[in-house]
Amino acid sequence: MTNTHTKTASEKRRQTSLGITLLATGLLIYLLFGISTESEQLTTFGLNLAGTQAMPIGDLIVPAQATVYLMSAIAAFVGAYQLARGVRSSGALLGIVAFTFVVAFLTWAAAGKSFNLTGMLTSSLVRATPIALAALCGVISERSAVINIGIEGIMLIAAQVAVVTATLSQNLYVGLILAILIGGAVAAFHAYLVIRFKVDQIVSGVAINIIGAGVTSFISSRFLQKATNTLNNSGTFPIISIPGLSKIPILGPVLFENNLVVYLTLLLVVVMHIMLFHTPWGLRTRAVGEHPKAADTLGVNVYLVRYVNVIIGGMIAGLGGAYFTIGSVGRFDEIMTAGKGFIGLAAMIFGKWNPIGAFSSSLIFGFADSLQVKLQILRVPIPSEFLLMAPYIVTMIILTGVVGRAIPPAADGQPYEK
Amino acid sequence: MKKTDTPSQPPETRTARENQRDSIWQALLVPVLAVVTGLLLGGVVILASGANPLEAYGALFTGSFGKPANLIAGLGILFSTGENAALIKAIYPFTESLVIATPYIFAGLSVAIGFRCGLFNIGAEGQFFIGALCSAFVGYSLKGLPMIVHLPLAIMGGALGGALWGMIPGYLKARFGAHEVVNTIMMNWIAFRLSDWLLSGPMKASGFRPVTPNVLATAELPRFFSAPLRFNLGFFIALLAAYLVYWFLFKTTLGFEIRAVGANPDAAKYAGMNIIRNFVLVMALAGALAGLAGTAQVLGVDHWVGQGFSAGYGFDAIAIALLGKSHPAGVVMAALLFGFLRGGATNMQSMAGIPIDIISIIQGLVIVFIAAPGIIRWIYRIRAIKTETTVLTRGWGS
Repeated sequence: MTNTHTKTASEKRRQTSLGITLLATGLLIYLLFGISTESEQLTTFGLNLAGTQAMPIGDLIVPAQATVYLMSAIAAFVGAYQLARGVRSSGALLGIVAFTFVVAFLTWAAAGKSFNLTGMLTSSLVRATPIALAALCGVISERSAVINIGIEGIMLIAAQVAVVTATLSQNLYVGLILAILIGGAVAAFHAYLVIRFKVDQIVSGVAINIIGAGVTSFISSRFLQKATNTLNNSGTFPIISIPGLSKIPILGPVLFENNLVVYLTLLLVVVMHIMLFHTPWGLRTRAVGEHPKAADTLGVNVYLVRYVNVIIGGMIAGLGGAYFTIGSVGRFDEIMTAGKGFIGLAAMIFGKWNPIGAFSSSLIFGFADSLQVKLQILRVPIPSEFLLMAPYIVTMIILTGVVGRAIPPAADGQPYEK
Repeated sequence: MKKTDTPSQPPETRTARENQRDSIWQALLVPVLAVVTGLLLGGVVILASGANPLEAYGALFTGSFGKPANLIAGLGILFSTGENAALIKAIYPFTESLVIATPYIFAGLSVAIGFRCGLFNIGAEGQFFIGALCSAFVGYSLKGLPMIVHLPLAIMGGALGGALWGMIPGYLKARFGAHEVVNTIMMNWIAFRLSDWLLSGPMKASGFRPVTPNVLATAELPRFFSAPLRFNLGFFIALLAAYLVYWFLFKTTLGFEIRAVGANPDAAKYAGMNIIRNFVLVMALAGALAGLAGTAQVLGVDHWVGQGFSAGYGFDAIAIALLGKSHPAGVVMAALLFGFLRGGATNMQSMAGIPIDIISIIQGLVIVFIAAPGIIRWIYRIRAIKTETTVLTRGWGS
């Protein structure tokens, strides 16, 4: 294989700094986790989850110290290899090293104890669901060059509508459909402001967040709190086990024993990927996002595409809102989205405005989220607050572009004038 | 309701002076109409929720300004008997609104100075928290200092903490083009987690609650009246800060550069201005101002910091900066407005049963109307005049 590509200086510098970072991570794994584990300790990773249909298999038991050393060595090797050879797919290398770090960390944290890995992965996917839906909403809007940071507000409104209508009608599907519709309606308002009145897109999104938080908290404290049983008590979608597939060890409980919202999310990721990259609609969307003038010249109705995409995005965020109430706890609490909409946007950028990338990043955030809960149970000697910070810090590092720059659609955030 | 005093002669005969007068007039008219429309729609929401808007807004008014009758009675008692207790009680709501407005002025200035440079600081909330924690730390940990040394040190601590928190996203923006909106939000969450840890561990006061110890008396901002009134020096420091920001932005070379970078970064760069330095400087200043907002709240009002201390200030600050058109004088007026709204809202909740959250709804509506003056012009049939627009944001790109 000949390398005809001549590297620019900045590229070379970036690769060197990546190599050093990876090498340092290897050393860090050794210093943080390697020294403090004792050689005879074993770590048990539980692979069976009580109450699921998966066939039972043996747990994974590994010697703690040897595993940590191995992970440290792999990370250091990858770093050294990058320094020596300069691999171009830096994302893959970063993924490998991040994986070694997480494995070493878990092995160290659970040394001498048992840790249920399948349970952890299951809760990661569940916690990733609202983040992924927010991220998908962002992807579809921004591919047509409309920034929507009002996702948080849309999700709050949809969450409330879902639980109230589901409680009143005694039918969860009514709640789900109305949540999706109200999400689309609020997004349509955003689209109208930014397309018709050319309102600054970020300001409009902030206004939607404030109004969303205000309206839902207002309704909650004026009505819902006094009548919890008649207005704010819907129950949740049941877990549906997919026959056959749910019997697969590990994968079964993680992927095939979930509720409707989680399945819909998984389906949406695939559908949106196909729609964006393999249909005329997707081509038009991307053209409008990259170069609206050119798209207009070729007869694409720029405004229409933007309206449609933002509204579909809002409907997806509405589904995300429904997850919070009828998809998980069955009741509405004030400000229950807790910044998930914004984390979804970070996942979108992290995933490079790509449905599958956005979903994968959401999984990382979901993993970090559930990790923190598990670690409190394991009594790890680091304050859980610092672990909770990790996803935010990682997002900031990703945004610096040290590990491959995330480039938004070229016209993102700009109003289009004919 | 379409009364404006714009002359009705055709545009081509208008003089430059008339145009200028009209544009100043309209610069004031649109925010005022936005607030009025916001309040009207808020009234519709109150009505829809089954309450009487007039009663609610009446409670809002007496909650924020006090009852005029009480004030007159209080003055009467003061003059006839020299007893001031009744008067103090009568002016309590008014001073309390000013107390609430104090951190709003600082936080609004923080977002406004960012807007002037084309940076959107959503991180005021985190900077507020960090500033509050830093000033509280200086306030309770340094012992035996005289007030003249201790108080300025505590204030500086808060400003520095906030500045550091703002500077990080500023640097990342300038150096790597990482968007400040996402980064300031991330810094908010990091600040919340950090404060959770600090308040439950290193900075925790003895006792069960996760709060800091009280700051020492030498670090408290002096109050002007006795017990229930919390009106303090912080309000005047906030006004001074507003004046300094005005002077800095409009009377110094650096301020001009910042506004130039905000208006057109490419042109500013071509003219030899240092974009990186300006981004970092502005975000540090914005952080310092938001940090001072937290400082004013700790040293002037609460004297300790607990969890959720900064909740809501970040978004309120954005609303204030937008409503004030990113001008320090406008920010002060908008902050006073929100101070009075928030101050009266508590009374409205207890008297009329209207949840405080109605203020957020009004706030959000006001932001929409300010950001889309077209809507206000359309409702009130005001003719558009080309005015100088304040730069807001420019997408994710750098």
